Amino acid sequence: MVLKSLFSKPATYMYPLLTREPMVGSRGSIVNHVDQCSYCTLCQKKCPTDAIVVDREKKTWAIDSMRCITCNACVDVCPKSCLEMLTTYSSSKTAAELSR
Amino acid sequence: MSNRTIIPFGPQHPVLPEPIHLDLVMEDELVVEAIPRIGWVHRGLEKLVEKKDFLEMTYVAERICGICSFIHGLTYCHGIEQIMNIEVPIRAHFLRTLWSELSRIHSHLLWLGLVADAFGFESLFMHSWRIREKVLDIIEATTGGRVIFGSAKVGGTRRDIDNEMLKRIIAQVTEIEKEMKEISQTFLNDYSVQQRLKGVGILSKADANMLGAVGPMLRASGINQDMRKLNYAAYGHIDWEPVMAQDGDCFARVEVRVGELFQATDMIRQVIEKMPEGPVDVKVTGSPNGEFFARTEQPRGEVIYYLKGNGSKNLERMRVRTPTFANIPAITKILPGIQLADVPMMLLTIDPCISCTER
Repeated sequence: MVLKSLFSKPATYMYPLLTREPMVGSRGSIVNHVDQCSYCTLCQKKCPTDAIVVDREKKTWAIDSMRCITCNACVDVCPKSCLEMLTTYSSSKTAAELSR
Repeated sequence: MSNRTIIPFGPQHPVLPEPIHLDLVMEDELVVEAIPRIGWVHRGLEKLVEKKDFLEMTYVAERICGICSFIHGLTYCHGIEQIMNIEVPIRAHFLRTLWSELSRIHSHLLWLGLVADAFGFESLFMHSWRIREKVLDIIEATTGGRVIFGSAKVGGTRRDIDNEMLKRIIAQVTEIEKEMKEISQTFLNDYSVQQRLKGVGILSKADANMLGAVGPMLRASGINQDMRKLNYAAYGHIDWEPVMAQDGDCFARVEVRVGELFQATDMIRQVIEKMPEGPVDVKVTGSPNGEFFARTEQPRGEVIYYLKGNGSKNLERMRVRTPTFANIPAITKILPGIQLADVPMMLLTIDPCISCTER
């Protein structure tokens, strides 16, 4: 095991120079293709953490990525299939960036 | 007689990122008594049954613990299914068993790494975690999450695994098994490891029984008890026997967990070979009305979920008894008489998970 470890490549990535490719089907972050959205509010109702806020009148859709637990429940119920689970994580943000 | 002093151990201690506090009553370098205290990370998850409906509670159950996440979800779903008399498709049972055993491998490799670090063998710790990473990759590829699987669901599973992926899993598990054999040789045969682990922290068979120890802690003391023998999920369809050891010391606990690593890879192979075709979930209608004690075997031992429904969307009561809680009396039994320097390692041998103990 010692010799193998000495002459093999490191098991870790030289992050951030190299990043790991996410797996297919990995639950990273939610994105809504708003142009196809019917604002039916089903995703809002199914969200277990109340992270999604939909306004039918004003035709707005918003997600609080800090509340979202990427459970995929909204994607499963979306009748228009406009919600998509990306395999990449949402980038980290400061409180000031979030409130913008 | 020497003076007695009390040394506070934790809640912040380098051996464990989780907060458990022990008042160690010492006579010179020897522990005379250990008084445990918990209560720093209580999150009130059981109380959430009043706000979240019984289907949403699956997500909460999965987040009780970051290591045995899937088995928490499975136990909760199993309990609800028993109350509502839901017939879960057989393929879902097999998938649940597969994911349970993958979590057992990653949990045991994590623990072996931590215990190696605690007894001062840092490279062994790194090798254990390097191998664990490969198990996490399989988990991510099949469930979409590395830690929180998110694949448990009342009435079945949320994802299926196609046959090509199942074949790949067998190949990957064989590769992982080969690497696990290399590190297990060091854990079981290395002179310095044996010097630190053999003959210390002995929990006798009678004490283990009397104090209600669970899981590898209990089986290392020679008691044959494993909740998987209740044949939940697909455990009734595969051939296996609980891994046992007789000595009850720290080394015996390592032996049991190393044995369970290879048992888990064998189970994964059997599950994939016998995996039936068919649907993975059924539609759930109505609300649970009744009560059930669900008992399953987590990597750390037996977990109990008491669930009580009253016919409404929200459960009336959910109560979880986690394996670490059951093993705390055992740790207070094995600590007296040992050296202060051995306390961190001794505490680790129960594989403590405080965040699930407090929920």
